[in-house]
Amino acid sequence: MIVAESLGKEFRARKRGAIRAVEKLSFSCTPGQIYGLLGAIGAGKTTALRMLATILAPTSGTASVAGFDIRRDPEKARQNSGFLSTATALYGRLTALEMVEYFGSLYGLDSATVRRRTLALFERLDISSIRDRRCEDLSTGMKQRVSIARTLVHDPPVMIFDEPTSGLDVISARTIVAFIRECRASGKTVVFSTHVMSEAEKLCDKIGIIHDGRLLAEGSLAELRSRYGYADLEEIFVRVVSA
Amino acid sequence: MNLRNIRIVYRKELMDSLRDRRTVISMIVVPIFLMPVLTIFVGVLSARLIGRALLQVPSVMIIGGENSPGILGALRALPDVKVVPATSDYAQRIVDKKIRAAVELPSDFDAIIARGDSAEVRIDIYQGEINSGFTADKLQKFFRDFRENIIRERLDAHQLPEKLVTPIFVEEANVAPPEKVGGVVLGGLVPYFVMILSLTGTMYPAMDLTVGEKERGTIETILCSPISRTSLVLGKFLMVLTASLSTAALAIASMGLTLAAAGKMVRGVGQLGNLGFQFQITPKAVIWVFVMVMPLAVLFSAALLAISLFAKSFKEAQSYLSPLTILVLAPAIVSILPGVELNARLSLIPILNTSLVSKEIVSGTYHWNYIALIFGSSCVYAAVALWVAVRLFQREDVLFRI
Repeated sequence: MIVAESLGKEFRARKRGAIRAVEKLSFSCTPGQIYGLLGAIGAGKTTALRMLATILAPTSGTASVAGFDIRRDPEKARQNSGFLSTATALYGRLTALEMVEYFGSLYGLDSATVRRRTLALFERLDISSIRDRRCEDLSTGMKQRVSIARTLVHDPPVMIFDEPTSGLDVISARTIVAFIRECRASGKTVVFSTHVMSEAEKLCDKIGIIHDGRLLAEGSLAELRSRYGYADLEEIFVRVVSA
Repeated sequence: MNLRNIRIVYRKELMDSLRDRRTVISMIVVPIFLMPVLTIFVGVLSARLIGRALLQVPSVMIIGGENSPGILGALRALPDVKVVPATSDYAQRIVDKKIRAAVELPSDFDAIIARGDSAEVRIDIYQGEINSGFTADKLQKFFRDFRENIIRERLDAHQLPEKLVTPIFVEEANVAPPEKVGGVVLGGLVPYFVMILSLTGTMYPAMDLTVGEKERGTIETILCSPISRTSLVLGKFLMVLTASLSTAALAIASMGLTLAAAGKMVRGVGQLGNLGFQFQITPKAVIWVFVMVMPLAVLFSAALLAISLFAKSFKEAQSYLSPLTILVLAPAIVSILPGVELNARLSLIPILNTSLVSKEIVSGTYHWNYIALIFGSSCVYAAVALWVAVRLFQREDVLFRI
């Protein structure tokens, strides 16, 4: 479960002064549900998800991830979540196996469990044949699969995806989309950010439209359609952000 | 802070770094081969050049002295100087290195001496040119002996004792043991090289583990794992420290072996060996130099880690670290200068203190009070640098300064 309560983040830039990237963001996502944060580039999605992943600390408000407060218990929150974005790269000089095992051990798993889980994940993601190849030598699609294995090795109850398909080809993007669906099917809480309307339509049980750091509208796709009178999510989005 | 996680990060960083060619070159290849290469190509080569210059018979012109067959004959009879016919462009010929020196004599030199007067002699040389310098030494020696003979003859003629013109005899004698004589020369160089290499060995891993992670996009990956940032920075710091210490250890080992080998080779050449150079460092000195370099390696590792983390890119990190290298090397160079001696105040100046005490250690002098003071103060500086690095790893504006 994820519950964000008035989450806010302000950056201080030397030339531009204070910049409010996220302001009073509140939403919740339950197990077995995909919550989509939909917003244009620069809307504050990445900052919001980085706060949930405890990579950034909020300047106001808080959130709980799998029952752990991100301010008081950031390490426990990370222990119980997996974070994937196109910015979460792999260590090029490690092999795929070493990469996933390294993270497994950081999550506190013993070496036998890490090995067993990593091999099972590689089997499931069809990457067993590249397990001993260095990550720098892998194709983009293979790298994405290794990243998925990295986020799943500790079997977290919460998954956070920040524009995970951005810059990927169709095949690689489909792998990610299928993986997000699998997470939901296995009862995980999934928060997902995107600026691609079709992805949000396909995947999300609940959509939050974010603009200039503020959540402007929220609801299921059906709720948003009936509230704004448009069938097309893109039309709804434009209407909400330009209001 | 979690020791298990620190160990996991350290092990991963070590494995990762050892697979990186640039780190291996700066950490292993350079310290092993730099000293032998420098010694062989610079040290032994220059020793051979000096030897060859000493054995060479230089060409010399005699300007003037036309009516003085005595001095001309004596000069021409010199076995290690070749007198060539005089030309008016002798100065240019010295500059062009066609001849090594010219002796300017008055035309009636013999008559002046016979009268009992003083004759003025000028030796023209190319200052700073080694062959010209050696030729001047030979000519000076000739005229010194010549002058002493004349004095003796004049004293005899007046039946006066030689003591009249030599009321004082001054003799210079070395009482320092041979290892200390060598230590003065080599002692300054050993810590200088060790410190340079422990710094350069730190540079690349420090950048790779911090700003390199930012550039490659792995910083976000590691930050979303449950490891605390303190454990993360300590794991990385230990790796950078390993690079620094192993570079220093390899440099010391390589230097010890090289100097021992060079000592044998130079004794073979027969020139420098006679000048009292000592080409050996005792194992005790090696151990103590390493002990003194240890806190300095911690200081370098933590400082470079912090500075590299602060940079946005590899290029920016390099632009910060390059001037820092000069800043670090300046005190090390000062320690080599003659006359800079260890005292309580200098013991508190980082880098310079280690350099000076190492120089003393190599020359066989152990000032235990200074050693304790320097080790302690270096540890304090190192702890401060490490604290700064840990604090910087907590700052989002530094971690995400992209």
